[in-house]
Amino acid sequence: MSVMYVLVPVALLLVALAVAAYAWAARSGAFDDLDTPAVRALHDDPAEARVVRRGASGEQRPR
Amino acid sequence: MTATEAWTGVVAHPAARATACRHCGEPVPRGSLGVPDASAFCCHGCAASWTLLHEAGLEHFYDLPERRGRAVRPSGRGFEEFDHAAFHRLHVRAADGGLAVTEWVLEGVHCPSCVWLVERVPLLLAGVHRAELELGRSIVRIEWDPAEQPLSAVARQLDALGYTPHPFRGASVDAVRRREDRLMLTRIGVAGALAGNVMMVAVALYAGWFGHMEPAHERYFRWVSLALVTPAIVWPGRGFFQGAWSALRQRTLNMDVPIALALGAGYARGAWNTVVDSGPIYFDGVATLIFLLLIGRFAQQRAQRAAVDSAELLHSLSPAVARVREGETVHEVPVEALLPGMTIDVRPGDAIAADGEVVEGCSEVDRSLLTGEARPEAVAPGDRVHAGTINGGSPLRVRVEQAGEATRVGRLMREVEHAAARRAPLVLLADRLSGAFVGGVLLLAAATFAIWSRLDPAMAFDHAIALLVVTCPCALALATPLAVSVAIGQAARRGILVKGGEALQRMARPSLLLLDKTGTLTEGRATLVHWDGPDAVRGAVLALEHHSQHPLARAFRAAWPDVEPGSASEVRQTAGGGIEGLVGGRRVTVGTPTFVRARLAEPESASPVSYAAMETVAWVAVDGELVARAGFEDALRGDAAESLAVLRALGFRARILSGDAPGAVARVAASLGLTPEEAQGGRTPEDKLAAVEAASADGDVVMVGDGVNDAAAIARAGVGVGMRGGAEACLATADVFLSREGLAPLAELAAGARRTMRVIRLNIAISLVYNLLGAGLAMAGRIDPLVAAILMPVSSIAVVLIAWRSRMFPAEAR
Repeated sequence: MSVMYVLVPVALLLVALAVAAYAWAARSGAFDDLDTPAVRALHDDPAEARVVRRGASGEQRPR
Repeated sequence: MTATEAWTGVVAHPAARATACRHCGEPVPRGSLGVPDASAFCCHGCAASWTLLHEAGLEHFYDLPERRGRAVRPSGRGFEEFDHAAFHRLHVRAADGGLAVTEWVLEGVHCPSCVWLVERVPLLLAGVHRAELELGRSIVRIEWDPAEQPLSAVARQLDALGYTPHPFRGASVDAVRRREDRLMLTRIGVAGALAGNVMMVAVALYAGWFGHMEPAHERYFRWVSLALVTPAIVWPGRGFFQGAWSALRQRTLNMDVPIALALGAGYARGAWNTVVDSGPIYFDGVATLIFLLLIGRFAQQRAQRAAVDSAELLHSLSPAVARVREGETVHEVPVEALLPGMTIDVRPGDAIAADGEVVEGCSEVDRSLLTGEARPEAVAPGDRVHAGTINGGSPLRVRVEQAGEATRVGRLMREVEHAAARRAPLVLLADRLSGAFVGGVLLLAAATFAIWSRLDPAMAFDHAIALLVVTCPCALALATPLAVSVAIGQAARRGILVKGGEALQRMARPSLLLLDKTGTLTEGRATLVHWDGPDAVRGAVLALEHHSQHPLARAFRAAWPDVEPGSASEVRQTAGGGIEGLVGGRRVTVGTPTFVRARLAEPESASPVSYAAMETVAWVAVDGELVARAGFEDALRGDAAESLAVLRALGFRARILSGDAPGAVARVAASLGLTPEEAQGGRTPEDKLAAVEAASADGDVVMVGDGVNDAAAIARAGVGVGMRGGAEACLATADVFLSREGLAPLAELAAGARRTMRVIRLNIAISLVYNLLGAGLAMAGRIDPLVAAILMPVSSIAVVLIAWRSRMFPAEAR
C-alpha cells in the first residue's frame, strides 16, 4: 500500500490544477453572466447558415 | 405565420388571411403606411428594421428558431446628448487602444434572438469594435472608437430596431460588485474543493476503524487532512475570524463569534492531535462548515443584489435629459450638464430639470412629487418653477437659475444622505441569539471539562473540545440568510423589491405606519369621479380632449376608454381655462366654470353651485348651452381601504403625513376611517423627517411615500417603502420598492415578512435542538468526529429544505 505515498500527492496536484483553472475562470468573468452565453452559442454564423440554406433548397431570398 | 413566411413575405392567399408583418409577424392593418410595399409591414418601425437588416445582409435573423416577433417601437430621438462632453464624463470610460466603453440599459429586449441582433447591428457602423449584451439585465456594453463614430449614431442604430438605449447609472458600483462576486466565487470554489478532499480522506480514516489500517497509513492520512484544511482556514475561512474579531473589538457579539470559536477550537485541537498522533481530528467537519457557510452568505448577497439591481435598472430608465434651446435650435443635454442662464424647453408631461423662471408659455405644473400637493399650480411668464415638478398642460420655456445640487431637489437629496446616516441600526435576530449562544456553549464546555476531570482526566479536554465543535452554529448561521434570500426572491416575483434582510425583520413586527397621501394612498392624478350630463356628449368631449395633454384631458380619456371619440376641428386651448372647438358642426367648450360661463348664451342661468367636496370641476357647453358638469378628484387607490384594513389587522397603526392642504388630507383620512389626529397635512419635507425622527424614539417606523418630499423621511425610517411611479430619489433611498401599482403589495409585504420570520424561527429552533442533542452527547462523552460529521449536515440540510420549500410570498393574492 505504499503506493499511497505517491498517489495521494498526485491526486492533490490534479485537484490544485482544477482549482487553479476554476479560479482563473471565475476571475476572468466566466460566471458573471450565466444566461447570455448559452443563447449566443445557439446562433450560427450568418454566412455559413446562408450557404447551407441555399444549397439545400436552392431558393432565392427576396431583396 | 411561421418565421419563414415572415421573411419571404409570401403568403399563400393574401386575400384569404390577414397579411403578417415581414419583420415581426403581427397582422398588417389595411393600407395605413405610406411606404412602398406597404402591405408587408405593420408599422414604420418594422419596415425600417427590415430594410436595415437586408441592406446589411443580416437576414439570417429571420431564420433564428427562437425568434419571437414583436412590433418595433423606436423612440425616434436624436440622442444628441450622448455626444455631449458631460455625458462622456458621467457614463463613458476609456479602454485600451484609444477606445472607449459605455454601458446602456436597453428597452425592448424580449427574446434570445435579441442577443444576436444587438451584438451585430452596432458593428455595422465604422468604429464600433464590440457590442455585448447581458440578457438577464438587458445591459449592453459598447466598445468603440470615439474619433471615428459619434455615440449618438450607435444609439440611433439600436433605437431604430426598437431597442431604445438609456445610460446605465450603476456602472461604477457594478464593477466593484463584480469584483466582489468573483472573489467570493473563487473562495467558495477553493473551500469546496478542499472540503471534498478532506472528506474523502476522512472516509478512508473512518473505514480504517472498522477494518484494519496500518498506523503509518493512518498517521499519513491525518497529516494529509491537516495539509488540506489549513489553507481552507487561512483563506476562505478567514472572513469568519475577521468578523468575529471586529465584533469583539466593538464589544458586541455576532454570528461569526461562535462560528470562529468552533472552527478555531476544532482546528487547533485537531492539529495538536495530529502532531502528537492520538485523539480525534475534526478536519472534515471544519472544512465542510466553511464551505456551507460561504454558500449561505453568497445566496443572501445575490438575492439582495438582484433586488437592488432591479431598482437601479428602473432608475436608469427614467430619462434625465433636458432640451436646451440655443437660438432657434434645440438639443438634448444630460440634466447634469445644465448651467444657470441656459434656456430649456419643457414639453407637456416632462419633468422640469432645473429651478428657474418661466420666460414663455402658460401651463399648469404638478408639484405633487416635490410638495405632496395634488392640485396643479398655474404658471405664467415670470413665475418660478422647481426641478422635480412635472409640466402638465402646454409647452413652457424656462430660464435656468439653479441646476443640479443647487436646486431645491438637490438640497433635499443632501438631507436624505444625512437622514440615512442617522438611522438606528438593527440587531439581526440571529446575531442577538449569538450572545446567549456563546455564553451557553462556553458554560457547557466548562461544565463538561469539570465533570470529566473527576471521571477521566485524560479525556476531559477532548470532550470539552468535541462539545465546542459539535455545537458550531452552522445550521443557525445558515437559517437566516437562506430564508431571507428565498423570501426576497419570492417577493421580487410579486413586484416587491426588498433591498435587505433587515427590512423583512422590521416589517414582521407591527409598528407605526406613516403614509404619504398623494401618489401613495391616492392615485396621484386627477380622476373623473362625477359626471352629471347626457352620455351622448361624452364622444364630443373626448374629441376635444384628444388634442390636449392636460391632466384633466388624460382623466377624461382614462375614464371612458370605450367611448368612440368624434373628430374635432378648429380646436383652441386656453391655458388655465379650457378647450373649445367644432365637433360635428357644433361648438363644444370644456373648461373651468369661469371659462365656460363666459361662452354661455345665458350666463346667469348656470347655477353657481358646484360639488363642494370636489377638488376640480369642469363644465361642458354645447352651442352656448351648459349641458354637463364633471367633478375630478385625486381619487383614493382602489385597494387602499382594504390594504389598510389588512395592515391594521396585523397590528400596524396608520397615520397620514402629507404635504397637501389639511382639508384634502382630512377628507382622505375620513374615507379611510382614520381620526383627524391621525392625519397631518401641510407638512414640508423637513416636517416629515422630524415626525419620523420623533416617532422613531418610541419604536420602529415604516414610512411609505413616492415623492422627493418623502425621500429624507424614507431614508431615516426603520423601513422606507417607495411606491411605483414615484420620484427617482425614492427609488434610491427606499429599503423596499413596490414595483406593482397600488397598496396591496404593502399588505403583502407585511404578511410575507411575518411568514419569513416564522420560517427563520422554526429553522433556528431546529438547529438549537440539534445543538442541544450534540451538547448532550458530548457531555456524556459519547461524541466522536464521525457522529459530529453525520449530525452536522443533517441539521443543515433540514434547514436548507425548510427555507427552500417555504412559501413566504405566495404567488396568488390572498
